[in-house]
Amino acid sequence: MQRIGVFVCWCGSNIAGTVDVKAVAEALKNEPGVVFSTNYQYMCSQAGQDMIKAAIAGHKLGGIVVCSCSPRMHEATFRKTASQAGINPYMVEIANIREQCSWVHKDMATGTEKAIILGKAAVAKVNLNTPLTPGESPVTKRALVIGGGIAGIQTALDIADAGFPVDIVETKPTIGGKMAQLDKTFPTLDCAACILTPKMVEVAQHENIRIFSYSEVSEIKGFVGNFDVTIKRKARYVKEDICTGCGACVEKCPMKKIPNEFNLGMDNRSAVYIPFAQAVPKVATIDPNACNMLKNGRCGICAKVCTAGAIDYTQKDEYIEEKYGAIVAATGFNPISMDKFDEFAYSQSKDVITSLEFERLTNAAGPTAGKLLRPSDGKHPHTIVFVQCVGSRCSACTEKGKEYCSKICCMYTAKHAMLTRDKYPDTEVYVFYIDVRTPGKNFDEFYRRAVEEYGVNYIKGMVGKVTPEGSKLKVQASDLIANKQLHIDADLVVLAAAIEPDKSARPLATMLTASMDTNDFFTEAHPKLRPVESPTAGVFLSGTCQGPKDIPETVSQAGAAASKVIGLLAKDKLTGNPCIAKSDEWMCNGCSSCGKVCAYGAITYEEKEFRLPDRTTKIRRVASVNPAVCQGCGACTVTCPSGAMDLNGFTTTQIMAEVDAICK
Amino acid sequence: MQMKEHKPLIVAFCCNWCSYAGADLAGNNRLNYPAEVKVIRVPCSCRVNPMFVLRAFQRGADGVIICGCHPGDCHYVSGNYYTRRRMAMLFSMLDYLGIEKERTRIEWVSAAEGAKFAATMNDFVETVAKLGENKRLEDLRCK
Repeated sequence: MQRIGVFVCWCGSNIAGTVDVKAVAEALKNEPGVVFSTNYQYMCSQAGQDMIKAAIAGHKLGGIVVCSCSPRMHEATFRKTASQAGINPYMVEIANIREQCSWVHKDMATGTEKAIILGKAAVAKVNLNTPLTPGESPVTKRALVIGGGIAGIQTALDIADAGFPVDIVETKPTIGGKMAQLDKTFPTLDCAACILTPKMVEVAQHENIRIFSYSEVSEIKGFVGNFDVTIKRKARYVKEDICTGCGACVEKCPMKKIPNEFNLGMDNRSAVYIPFAQAVPKVATIDPNACNMLKNGRCGICAKVCTAGAIDYTQKDEYIEEKYGAIVAATGFNPISMDKFDEFAYSQSKDVITSLEFERLTNAAGPTAGKLLRPSDGKHPHTIVFVQCVGSRCSACTEKGKEYCSKICCMYTAKHAMLTRDKYPDTEVYVFYIDVRTPGKNFDEFYRRAVEEYGVNYIKGMVGKVTPEGSKLKVQASDLIANKQLHIDADLVVLAAAIEPDKSARPLATMLTASMDTNDFFTEAHPKLRPVESPTAGVFLSGTCQGPKDIPETVSQAGAAASKVIGLLAKDKLTGNPCIAKSDEWMCNGCSSCGKVCAYGAITYEEKEFRLPDRTTKIRRVASVNPAVCQGCGACTVTCPSGAMDLNGFTTTQIMAEVDAICK
Repeated sequence: MQMKEHKPLIVAFCCNWCSYAGADLAGNNRLNYPAEVKVIRVPCSCRVNPMFVLRAFQRGADGVIICGCHPGDCHYVSGNYYTRRRMAMLFSMLDYLGIEKERTRIEWVSAAEGAKFAATMNDFVETVAKLGENKRLEDLRCK
C-alpha cells in the first residue's frame, strides 16, 4: 500500500462551480492508502505545486492523486512537480473532474458524486503504480536515405548540411530519379534538368554524403538510433573509383540494340552505358544480360579501349554492412502498366504513348532531340489527344487501376498541351478530363493560360476507345457538356497513366516493419500532425512513397523529413516512454501471438535458460520487448493467452482496480 | 409498489489519442451527458481486455462502451482493428449469456468529435436505462 496524497483543484469556479471540492477531498480521505487530502484554488499554479511538494515531503507520500483538469492538460506539469519533490514522476495519477465532470454536469450533487468516484478510481490505480524509468539507448549519428530521386537528394542534402553523414542507396546506376527524365516543370516551365542537375552535383561533392548507386538494401535489423543495414552493391563490372566517364567504351561497344530504359525504350543504348550525360556518379555500367563478354566470353572491346583500365569483368556483387540512426524511405513512384487498358490501343500502336514517354519525346536530350515526332513514322503529329485519369480515380475498376487521384496528371497535361501549342501552333490539341484539379500555388492560373492563351481544347468526358486505322488513331469520346459523341482522327494519343509506389517499397516496408496502406503507399505516423514520420520509430518518409506529390511538395516534405532526422541524430541518447509492454518470462510460453499483433516489430523471441525450483535448468523460448521500439499501445497484452504481457502504467490490475472502484 | 428510478452505471473505455480527447472536447464545449458515464483512460482501445468488460458487468455495470479512433486513424496503426474483432466476438458471447447486446457498444470518436461523444453517451445511457438493471453477471460475493 502506498502513502497517497489527494489534491483537489477548484480551477477557480470551473470545477468548484459544480463540484463540492471540499466534500470530494473529505470523502477521499477514507480511501485505502490515503494519508493526506486537501483542496486548493489552482493546483497548477506555483503555490499549488509548492503545496504538493510540501505535502510529499511532510507526509512522506509515495504517490499522489490530483483531481483536476484532463491529464492531457496538466499530467506533465504534476509529474514534474512530483519529480522535483523527489518521488518518481509516474507515481502521479490525475482524476479528470473538469472536462469529464464539472463542465458536462449541471447539478452540484451529481457532479460531486461523480468526482468522488473518479477520485476513488485514481486512488485505486495509484495504489498499484510502480516507479517507472524511461529506457535510454545510444544514437548512431548517420542517416540512410533509400532512393536517389529529388526526394532522396533533398533529404540527404538537408541532413548533410546540418553536419551529419548520410548515405544514399539508389538501385539505378545514377541518382536523379523521375525528375531527371522530365522536360519542363509546371507551373513555371523551368527546365527540370537545369534545376535538378546542380543538386545532383552538390550531392556528389558533399563531404558528408556517400552515394551507393546500382545498389539495394538487402537487410535491415535493429531499431531507432541503432539500425544495422546490409547494402548490396551490384556488380557493374566497372571500377567506380577509376572510371572517368569519358564514354569511349560506350561508343565502341558493338552491342547497340538494347532498349534504353532512361528513354523508356524509345531508343537504344549499348551494353555498356551511362544512363544520361549528367548522370551522377558519371560512371559506365555493363548490362550483364546484354554484354557478349559476360555472357559468352567473346568481345572485350570496352576493356581494350578504356585508357583508365576501369573495366573489370570479374567483379562480383558486394555486401557491405553499415550502422544508421535513422532511415528515410524515398522510393518514389512509377506510372502503372498500360497492359490492362486495351481500349486505348497502347500495345497496338506506337503512337499511343504515356505522359512520361511524351516527356522524353519533348526533351532535348531525348530520343528525338526534343522534336515532337511520332514514334511510328517520325512525322510531326498534327492532332494530339491527351487522355486524363487513365487508371486514376478508378473506383469501379480497381483490378485495372487505382482508386486514388494521382494528383500530378492535370498539371503536367496542361503543361504538355501548352508546350505543344507553343512550339507547334499548327497542332490541334484535345484534352479529355473528368475534372481538372488545380489546387496549388499558381496552378489554376497555369491551366487557364493553357485554355485561354494557348487555345487547348479541354473537353469534359472520357475517351471510350482508340482504334489504329492506317496512320491515324480513331478516337471515340463523349463530350459530357455538349452531350454528344465525338470522333477525332488523331496522330498521337497521350495517356496520363496513374502513378503507383515503386515495386521496391513493399519489401522495404517489410524489412523496416513500417506500415503501408492498401495501395502500398507508406503510412504516416499521423496524417495531419506527423506526416513525414512512419509509425515505426526512426523511419521517415520522403516524397511519393507516402502518396502522390508534385515536385514542390516532394521537396518540402523531403526537407521536413530531414529536419525530423536531424532532430533525432542531434540527440546523444534516446529517452523512451516508460509506459511500454513488459513480458513476464516465467509465464510466457513463447507462442508468438504478441509478435504477430505488434505493429512496430518491437517483440523478439529468444531462447533463455531458466533455473527451476528443483535446481535443474531448462531452456525456453520467451518473448522480449525492445523498449526503444515499443510504443505502448497494449495490443500484445490482450492477445497474450497466458497473461504474460502487461503494460507499464496501464497494467491489467490497475485497470481492473479502476473498474472496481467505479462499479462499487 | 412503486419502482425506484434506476440510474444505469456505464463504464466507458476511451483511447487516449482520439476518444479521450473527444470526451475532453465535449467538456470544453459544455455538451452535457449523464453523469452515469465514467470514463477509464487506456492508451489504445486495443488495450481493453475482454476481462475488463466482464469484470465491469460482474461488479454491477449496466453497460460498457469502448471508444477508439476511427478505422484507419489509429494512433498505433492497427489497434482499433483488433478491438473491433475482439469485441465483436465478446459482445456476441455476452449476448448469448444474457447480457443484451444493447448493453455493449463500440464507437469510433475522434479527437474532433466532442459532439459525437456527448450524443453517443446520451443515446447509450438512454438505451441502457430502458433495459433496466443488469443482474445477469453480477457476482453476489462482491457485494
